[in-house]
Amino acid sequence: MNRGVVKRILGYTSKYKSYLIGAFLFAVISVCLTLLGPVLTGQAIDYIIGKGNVDFVSVAKILIGLICTTAGVSLFQWLMSLCINRVSYYTVRDMRIDAYKKLNNVPLAYIDTNAHGDIISRIINDIDAVGDGLLQGVTQLFSGIITIVGTLGFMVAINFKIAVVVVLVTPLSLFVAAGIARLSAKMFSKQQRTQGEISGFVEEMIGNQKVVSSFSMEEKNEQEFKRLNDELYICGKNAQFASSLANPSTRFVNGIVYAAVGVIGALSAIAGGLTVGQISCFLTYANQYTKPFNEVTGVISQIQTAIAGGARLFELMDSPNKTPDSENAKELENVKGDIEFDNVSFSYTPDRPLIKSFNLKVKQGQRVAIVGPTGCGKTTLINLLMRFYDVCSGEIKIDGEPVERLTTESIRQSFGMVLQDSWLFNGTVRENIAYGREDATDEEIIAAAKAAYAHSFIMHLPNGYDTVITEDGGNLSQGQNQLLCIARVMLSNPPMLILDEATSSIDTLTEQRVQLAFNKMMQGKTSFVVAHRLSTIKEADIILVMKDGNVIEQGKHSQLLRQNGFYAQLYNSQFAKS
Amino acid sequence: MFKLLKYLKDYKLQLTIGPACKLLEAIFELIVPLVMADIIDIGVSSGDAGYVLRQGGVMILLGAVGLCSALVCQKSASIASQGSGTKLRNELFHHINTLSFTEIDRIGTPSLITRMTNDINQLQYAVAMLIRLVIRAPFLVVGAMIMATTINLKLSLIFLVASPLIALVLYFIMSKSVPLFKLIQKRLDRLSLISREGLSGARVIRAFHKEDKEQQRFNDANEELAKTAQNVGVLSALLSPLTYAITNLAIVAIVWFGGGLVDTGQLQTGDIIALVSYMTQILLAMVVVANLVVVFTKASASAARVNEVFELEPSIKSGSESELTLDSDKDFIRFDNVSFGYGGGDVLKNISFAVQKGETVGVIGTTGSGKSSLVNLIPRYYDTTSGSVSIGGNNVKNYPLLQLRKLCSVVMQKAVLFSGTIESNLKWGKQDATDEQMNRALEIAQAKEFVDKLPNKIETQVAQGGKNFSGGQKQRLTIARAIIAGAPILILDDSASALDFATDYALRSAIKKNTEGTTVFIVSQRVATVKDADRILVLDDGELVGYGVHKELFERCSEYREICLSQLSAEEVQA
Repeated sequence: MNRGVVKRILGYTSKYKSYLIGAFLFAVISVCLTLLGPVLTGQAIDYIIGKGNVDFVSVAKILIGLICTTAGVSLFQWLMSLCINRVSYYTVRDMRIDAYKKLNNVPLAYIDTNAHGDIISRIINDIDAVGDGLLQGVTQLFSGIITIVGTLGFMVAINFKIAVVVVLVTPLSLFVAAGIARLSAKMFSKQQRTQGEISGFVEEMIGNQKVVSSFSMEEKNEQEFKRLNDELYICGKNAQFASSLANPSTRFVNGIVYAAVGVIGALSAIAGGLTVGQISCFLTYANQYTKPFNEVTGVISQIQTAIAGGARLFELMDSPNKTPDSENAKELENVKGDIEFDNVSFSYTPDRPLIKSFNLKVKQGQRVAIVGPTGCGKTTLINLLMRFYDVCSGEIKIDGEPVERLTTESIRQSFGMVLQDSWLFNGTVRENIAYGREDATDEEIIAAAKAAYAHSFIMHLPNGYDTVITEDGGNLSQGQNQLLCIARVMLSNPPMLILDEATSSIDTLTEQRVQLAFNKMMQGKTSFVVAHRLSTIKEADIILVMKDGNVIEQGKHSQLLRQNGFYAQLYNSQFAKS
Repeated sequence: MFKLLKYLKDYKLQLTIGPACKLLEAIFELIVPLVMADIIDIGVSSGDAGYVLRQGGVMILLGAVGLCSALVCQKSASIASQGSGTKLRNELFHHINTLSFTEIDRIGTPSLITRMTNDINQLQYAVAMLIRLVIRAPFLVVGAMIMATTINLKLSLIFLVASPLIALVLYFIMSKSVPLFKLIQKRLDRLSLISREGLSGARVIRAFHKEDKEQQRFNDANEELAKTAQNVGVLSALLSPLTYAITNLAIVAIVWFGGGLVDTGQLQTGDIIALVSYMTQILLAMVVVANLVVVFTKASASAARVNEVFELEPSIKSGSESELTLDSDKDFIRFDNVSFGYGGGDVLKNISFAVQKGETVGVIGTTGSGKSSLVNLIPRYYDTTSGSVSIGGNNVKNYPLLQLRKLCSVVMQKAVLFSGTIESNLKWGKQDATDEQMNRALEIAQAKEFVDKLPNKIETQVAQGGKNFSGGQKQRLTIARAIIAGAPILILDDSASALDFATDYALRSAIKKNTEGTTVFIVSQRVATVKDADRILVLDDGELVGYGVHKELFERCSEYREICLSQLSAEEVQA
């Protein structure tokens, strides 16, 4: 079993120490009272001797005592459950908060390269498993330990020798249980892993159902799903069976303990060292004593699922964080907008260099357009500018200050960004537009929507600005999604702007109008525009023509046309006859 | 929950053997105390050490046989529970595949994933518990009740009162917690939706520095979940204390009234001891039942969620069973008075046109004018609200879905690649595609050049969603994938928007040259892209405002002219 994982899970519970202590105390009281119950019943019966010989007064007294203990047991058992409930649900909650916090702290590369379904499965399923394991595990552990200690005390009081025998044989059952647990632990982590794979697969295929059905790949997918599912069946079956071995096996060991106590007790009774009454009492307690071992092994599969889940969770938590801001990082304030790329090199994977020794100087207020064939590194430049990724070598400076010496937050807030993949969240249109500036008034929101030419279609939606956008903007067209994202940036009105194919899904008429609004907004501000429609960038101050990670031409539209190089070729191809 | 019972059908053997073995184990467990009684009554009283040892051996033997039957039971439980769960998952996945987009949108992908994993896990667990405990517990309860009546009929009335009382408590708690369990699942869904948004929108969230706000949104949903879980916890925590209290009060009653009966000589003291121990046995069994109740309550909530998916009927069903033949005398594709909407107003209004085999059709119009909706009707992703779409003289509604989908290759606006390799993605179009065919498709799609530059070429790994490729690369690969399929109708739904003009142009000429006889629909915002098509459809706010060739549309159709002039200079329009 993975000790580190258990320790970390327990570490989460330490915040709720008072509840744990409470649970433990309540468990002590309720178990002691539970053990007292049979003793009281026995005493009451002792006053019922035979016909005409029943001491009703004493019986009544004892029975009232029994009612009180019963009430006590019920109450304290309930309180114990409440405490443990609280600990486990709060722990689950804290773990989820931390896990989500982690998602905000990993480098984007982590999110870009890991299956989202698998990450979600860690946050939802795996943490749930940890919670279930805690709930069951702690309950059984607490009442188990106390019952063991309590009955042990009673047994030692009755006969020391036999008590020693019981204590010596019991580790056998622990040994058996531990062996089985080790066996099944591996299978459990495999089960959890396969489960994650299935989630990932379902996410990918169901999420892209349209593409799947357009290629009639349903059947092939089902086969693949079946393969994964069969794998899950085999490891699930094995894991479940292996862990369920523990319970019958320890029960068998307990049976041996019971038989040993009986035989040794009987033999010592024959030898005259024990009364029959004591044997029966002993047997009762021997039974009570071994029961917790059973119960603990009964929840062992849940505990193991919990540990395997915990391990997957911590794997997520332990992935490296994004580079933190340096300690003396400054806020980027009163942005002018001078930007310099100084000998920047970058690649996503070391074996595929992308941007090599890139140099660029942009002065305050300039409009920079980046064009070039797909895959030439345009979007990568923006990833670097926004510090989504860090440069491998060289330096990027804003207003003369290297970005490493500025806080990431202040850099990002200085840029407004509209990407080709528009992102909206499950909230109202109003909330989505006001995402960058929550204190915006309704008038400002509507003005931004009007500037982005989104107002008229918003008014056509069933609830206007209060229409709830379904997951991933499903109820809007791609173009409408993009217009809303543009309105969002118009509202936040940042000192610098990045438009990465921001209008690719919008028709040219609307685009031109939106462009005018952008122009007005960008007066005197530095902006970067990636676009394929060369008509939209003709007026740029600098056009960077990129190819294979390098700038091969640079200048104004007319200059570049005169050069009659790659740009001219690109530009003229628009009008080529097919 | 009962609707899902059919998934247990194949496990009748395990479902019989499992509980039977468990019963056997229970019986052996009950015999052990009797053997022990013999040791004390016979062995100790006669001082026969040999008898004591022999009976001790018998006990161990009983234990061993009990162990074996328990193992058989556990094995059955794991086979039946995991097996039926696996089957259920397969069926569910299959069912989801038959659904149309409208239904999938309604439930949402994250919720479907939770149902497929979390909910089915709960059901599996319930099946395992069913096999392990469901016979044993009632057996012990009923057995104890019968034994009680044989001892004393009057006192057994206490049993008859206590048991329904316990049942009532179980019912009360169950009926209160079922809705809460459903609520918990709903809250879990919400949490997974927020996580998903957090992942897909990571760039935007970080750009606006909204990590804290997103964290808050997540925390709120998380807090709600924790609260609901707490509430259920308070209820379920009542279960075992209440049953304990009822049984112990019953014991008090037995001792008190039993005492009275002993006093009048109607009962022996030993009988009271027996009755008390039977009551304790019932308590133990009831505790198990209580746990089972919790498990089954959760399972029934999960079952309802799974059933909800199964009950969704695909809104689009295959027309005929057998393949239809295309009538070459009729128009190849025909829209007759087609109107269509997604539930609100009409997105397309009274559209009629015809396209002949082998023609290239450009579709152009402003954002939201219905271009994508129009082409989505051809492969029947959605059904028309009125009017008909036909291919080869047959209404698309009459085609078997599979044949229809084979007739059309569609490249969507949003380029989607699947995790695997470039090769495995291309083979989506045609599973037995040869290297030659793949290379040709890559060449037509203008993707050969960059694929060849990759270190592993066509065997390069593709991350989920194709994240390791740029937008334009993804688009070209999806186009190649569609070309490989070689369907008679090729629909490019604004699928070259991320390509630069040079590549776009090369792509269009290559498609034209290499796909003779294929009818091609090109949806685009760019005039240059559709300008040279055989026919151009101009849409404006859901209406067909122009249908013809570039020159005549430019002269006659004002909407088209406006679009042209926004993109091209006057000479370029004439070129």
